[in-house]
Amino acid sequence: MAVLTSLADGVEEVVRDGDTTAFEGFTHLIPFEAGNEAIRQGRRDLTLVRMTPDVIYDRMIGAGCARKLVFSWGGNPGVGSLHRFRDAVEHGWPAPLELEEHSHAGMANRYAAAASGLPFAVLRGYAGTDLVGRTDSIRTITCPFTGEVLAAVSALRLDSAVVHAQRADREGNVQYWGITGVQKEAVLAAERSLVTVEEVVDELEPVPGAVVLPHWVVDRVAVVPGGAHPSYAHGYSTRDNAAYSEWDAISRSREEFSRWLGGLR
Amino acid sequence: MMTVAAARALRDGAVCFVGIGLPSTAANLARRTHAPGLVLVYESGTIGAKPDVLPLSIGDGVLAETAVSVIGVPEVFNYWLQPGRIDVGFLGAAQVDRFANINTTAVGAYGAPSVRLPGAGGAPEIAASCGEVVVVVRQSRRVFVERVDFVTSFGHGSGPGERERLGLTGAGPQVVITDLGVLRPDPETCELVLTALHPGVDVATARERTGWELRVAEDVEESAPPSGEELAVLRELIARKGG
Repeated sequence: MAVLTSLADGVEEVVRDGDTTAFEGFTHLIPFEAGNEAIRQGRRDLTLVRMTPDVIYDRMIGAGCARKLVFSWGGNPGVGSLHRFRDAVEHGWPAPLELEEHSHAGMANRYAAAASGLPFAVLRGYAGTDLVGRTDSIRTITCPFTGEVLAAVSALRLDSAVVHAQRADREGNVQYWGITGVQKEAVLAAERSLVTVEEVVDELEPVPGAVVLPHWVVDRVAVVPGGAHPSYAHGYSTRDNAAYSEWDAISRSREEFSRWLGGLR
Repeated sequence: MMTVAAARALRDGAVCFVGIGLPSTAANLARRTHAPGLVLVYESGTIGAKPDVLPLSIGDGVLAETAVSVIGVPEVFNYWLQPGRIDVGFLGAAQVDRFANINTTAVGAYGAPSVRLPGAGGAPEIAASCGEVVVVVRQSRRVFVERVDFVTSFGHGSGPGERERLGLTGAGPQVVITDLGVLRPDPETCELVLTALHPGVDVATARERTGWELRVAEDVEESAPPSGEELAVLRELIARKGG
């Protein structure tokens, strides 16, 4: 049963030190403000999970929240490298970052398996790549019907998941639309979940193609207008491309980044 | 020239898996010139997007607003890419080798890389399951290496028959387009062969910017220079680059 709460309380109650956690969003609806709040609260030893760890995880990695990253593509979309991610991998600053690396198809299927309550998922992928053998979470399985050898990936179960959405009602039913990514799977794969929303409404009007997460699969809902910035919420805001470009300059040096971090706290 | 050559590689009516940057520019150029029926699929889940400005990321709002359908990410890979419903995939590379294997993961040792790159994204399965793959990359000795440091996306391994043995359903990289010219895999050995040069480029330059002994086709063609229409549309697309 979803409880309406503040951003600070929501993050504190849902995301705990040591968690395997996902702040998901596929370019759209990324829960940036919740990520900033996790940094402010000084979360540590997180295993950060995300298909596309972009600027939000660059911040969390640079701030020392992360011990490990489970991902499939780590870059600043449309801009270039994630400099805090690279500094952690290449130089161990501020701490070494363990990597568990997949393809998008692999990650999507791992979430879907966990959301389905299954131990693994099957896909025709990874064959011939050096991603195989880098992690125990990729194996092969022989199809019992055809004998075909396929990739098997282990379910990606989460302690916590954080996503952003357009709106919720007072009971905590959540609705979102546009590019819907893999957020539904992440929430359903998690023990605990927090959804930040643009607004709370009395009645959830049906929207074609929208995803609805019923209140009984969501734990906490916090109203955070603009909580996806510099990402966006379809129908509420547009992507702030300039901010993504500016992050490149902020994150490039440890000094500039530390100044940004000081400003956040 | 690289963008124009990439656009020309797309036939009208093809279903194309598009990444941001040059592939997206090329695909939108093709759609506005010789291939109005090109179907653009972005891995963010937008199918049949018709952006009127170049998106800055695969999740740009303009893609969702102009798409025939918007679906979740697991569906993109499982229902659309994996069964072979996409004709052409575009891939970039930090390293590509003589058998068109692609590295976008790390330069140097995986555990202690000299450069950590973004990683796989959708590329391994694009390389595996699209009908064919077009690789677009700037040519230099740093990029065109004898053997990639990490196989992120499988090209032709080390020769013929390897894709079939691995159960890969797509034909893999069929063309590599660079700023110097065009390379295609030899039908018998799968090794990349220089088959065309862009205007003003000679074979010596192509050899100099290749980290292996480059094979050159006997009848190397010269790419037709960009037409007035291609240049005009390209300039307009770039001028209207949006968000």
